[in-house]
Amino acid sequence: MNDQSTPVARQAATAQAPAEPALLPPTDVIEDAGGITLLADLPGVSKERLHVNVEADTLTVEGEIALPTPEGMEGTHVEVTRPRYRRAFTLSKELDAAKVSAEFANGVLKLRIPKAEHAQPKRIEVKIA
Amino acid sequence: MAYQSLFPRDVFAELDRLQRGLQQAFDISPSIRGLSWGGFPAINVGSTPRSVELYAFAPGVDPASLDVQVEKGVLTVAGERKADALPDKATMHVDERFAGRFRRVVTLPDDVDANGVEARYRDGVLHISVPRREDAQPRRIAIQ
Repeated sequence: MNDQSTPVARQAATAQAPAEPALLPPTDVIEDAGGITLLADLPGVSKERLHVNVEADTLTVEGEIALPTPEGMEGTHVEVTRPRYRRAFTLSKELDAAKVSAEFANGVLKLRIPKAEHAQPKRIEVKIA
Repeated sequence: MAYQSLFPRDVFAELDRLQRGLQQAFDISPSIRGLSWGGFPAINVGSTPRSVELYAFAPGVDPASLDVQVEKGVLTVAGERKADALPDKATMHVDERFAGRFRRVVTLPDDVDANGVEARYRDGVLHISVPRREDAQPRRIAIQ
């Protein structure tokens, strides 16, 4: 992206394809009968700088790292090379995107995406004729 | 970190991930303690004239399980991140997050004061501040 682009142009560019490079947070995805639990590691992100969005069938997790750094600090060894995380997931139809709940503590995001009512497992009783 | 995705349609995301991983691997400077990249927790080190600042990215760790030690100019960060118990009849589709015991070691510069080390854990980051000794501070010499 051109650095001289206007904020509007920049916004449009991010809306189409996120151009700013970001780290991919390590994630666990666990499915049980009632839905999906997603755990993502976002160390250094405070609650205010975390954004979880569901748009159509895409779930996006984005967070910005903010660390308390003393003035004039120079990095001498850097493993976390970028100040933000981003990762997107495609949700499947049986998941109820409207009922996503989120918890965030100590840099770990826990998302619970329940399955839609009609997709809940149902036990079909077999009647003996 | 070994990423493995079990989503079959995620081939492009997988390639993207690989590319990013490679980029990150080449961005870092080599360390005397071998392959430091990819370890848990990831560590950033910064320095100022007055202190050495260490940031260990260790999310979801019980602060009580963290052990920070300074001995003979070597700083050790150790601890344990316990894996959450998998609920009944659950399937793990993606398993990338680290679980288990960890230990990382960093050599400190010669001029630090091991007695003044401060450690704070916030938002999943362990921030360790190691001050430099007073007598090692740069001083301006007045010319007579």
